[in-house]
Amino acid sequence: MKYLCLVYLAHDKLHAVPDRECQACGDGFRKSGLLVAAEALEPIDTATTVRVRNGKMSITDGPFAETKEQLAGFYLIEARDLNDAIQVAAKIPPAREGSIEVRPVRQLVP
Amino acid sequence: MTVPDQVHETVESVYQSESRRVLATLIRLLGDFDVAEEAMHDAFRAALEQWPRDGVPANPRSWLVSAGRFKAIDGLRRQKRFDSLDDEDNKADVAVIDETAWADPESVDDDRLRLVFTCCHPALAFDAQVALTLREVCGLTTEEIGRAFLTPAPTLAQRIVRAKAKIRDARIPYQVPEPDELPERLEAVLRVIYLVFNEGYNASSGAALTRHDLSAEAIRLGRLVVELLPAPEAVGLLALMLLHESRRAARTTPSGELILLEDQDRSSWNRDLIAEGSRLVRAALESRRFGPYTLQAAIAAVHAEAPTAAMTDWAEIVGLYDALLRLDDSPVIELNRAVALAMRDGPAAGLASIDEIIGRGDLRDYRLVYAARAEFCRRLGRMAEARAAYQKALALTRQEPERRFLERRIAETGP
Repeated sequence: MKYLCLVYLAHDKLHAVPDRECQACGDGFRKSGLLVAAEALEPIDTATTVRVRNGKMSITDGPFAETKEQLAGFYLIEARDLNDAIQVAAKIPPAREGSIEVRPVRQLVP
Repeated sequence: MTVPDQVHETVESVYQSESRRVLATLIRLLGDFDVAEEAMHDAFRAALEQWPRDGVPANPRSWLVSAGRFKAIDGLRRQKRFDSLDDEDNKADVAVIDETAWADPESVDDDRLRLVFTCCHPALAFDAQVALTLREVCGLTTEEIGRAFLTPAPTLAQRIVRAKAKIRDARIPYQVPEPDELPERLEAVLRVIYLVFNEGYNASSGAALTRHDLSAEAIRLGRLVVELLPAPEAVGLLALMLLHESRRAARTTPSGELILLEDQDRSSWNRDLIAEGSRLVRAALESRRFGPYTLQAAIAAVHAEAPTAAMTDWAEIVGLYDALLRLDDSPVIELNRAVALAMRDGPAAGLASIDEIIGRGDLRDYRLVYAARAEFCRRLGRMAEARAAYQKALALTRQEPERRFLERRIAETGP
């Protein structure tokens, strides 16, 4: 099963964790076969939310909701179950500065 | 009584004693709460049909598990024929199970523990953990849980449905946690049990009276956890609940007025519960791996063993609060320590300690700080200050008996 671990950080903490530490973490996950993909994201100012209502697309500036923390990056991981995924998420360095949202990846129904 | 009636009664009593165990095992075998619940009900329905004809089986529990599993697989197969889009590997796996493991008492106990830990999984909202535990582990109906928590049954049902969906969709495993996660996960279980207990112990107003007494349910849960996993803190929590429960009858007058610990009729405390609670506290303390529940239980045990309020070993209680503060330096514990300190060293010492808490800005909206401050001032003869503090407490309380108690005190301190 795949889980998406979303990294949330307050604006002033976006660079609190050195890039090279996150790089090393991703490399480590990749080596142990845990990692599917991981990327850091640009700050919230660049976010756009797309919605479709009744077949019409609407685009709004900003993230899905207003909170103090913003989406700062993600790790797409492979884990046996939620307990395993939580264990992996807890190892992501910004877990200590912000929060990591763990979301099971939904299989699209054909 | 006719034979079918007798069998009917047997099925009823097997339901009472075994249905939670059967459910816990079926969830493991079938991998889904809803499927397992339906399978369990099918199994009991089958028992009502077959036991009058074929006799009651030697091991009703494994008969029920086996029947439930068979019904579920049969149902899924039939469903599959009509529902070809169903994803194959998910549900076909149901049939491949270790059959010898069912009746083994040890694995059945493991299943009950799996159920407890899954219902109290920290990935579920705390409200949902409580509701799911009462529903699945204790077998209460959503109506019963709703009445106990003054929450509409549909809201609770929704909470339970969402929790089950999350267990399924986020794949929360049906497991007893690994040893390195166990302390934290056990803490979550104990927190649920303690909340259920307190809900039954402190909300003793008319509206909260239900058929199922929540405190009794919490004690039952506590016993179950201790039986399956006798960790010191689980033992400590059970002791704490038993020791509090021992005073239930003495805490209120027949008309529902509050009686303070020092004014309670100690002859109406339940001696059996005190003896059991005290024995459990000692066992937990001897483990040297105890935590806050055990220390609180130890404090309750010192009170329980004192023949009068004046003869209480207040020095021991202050020492236990000091130990508790080292584990958890919360202002509420500090407040309780101040009360014990006032009993040991006099009201002036208690007042100084409380004013320090208030001076820091902690507990400013906590009624009991002002109630305690008022009590110390009253004993020191500072009536005007006492009255002002009682009034502050009164403005903050929302409990009817407490309100009446404070009003009586205000009247006593005079204008």
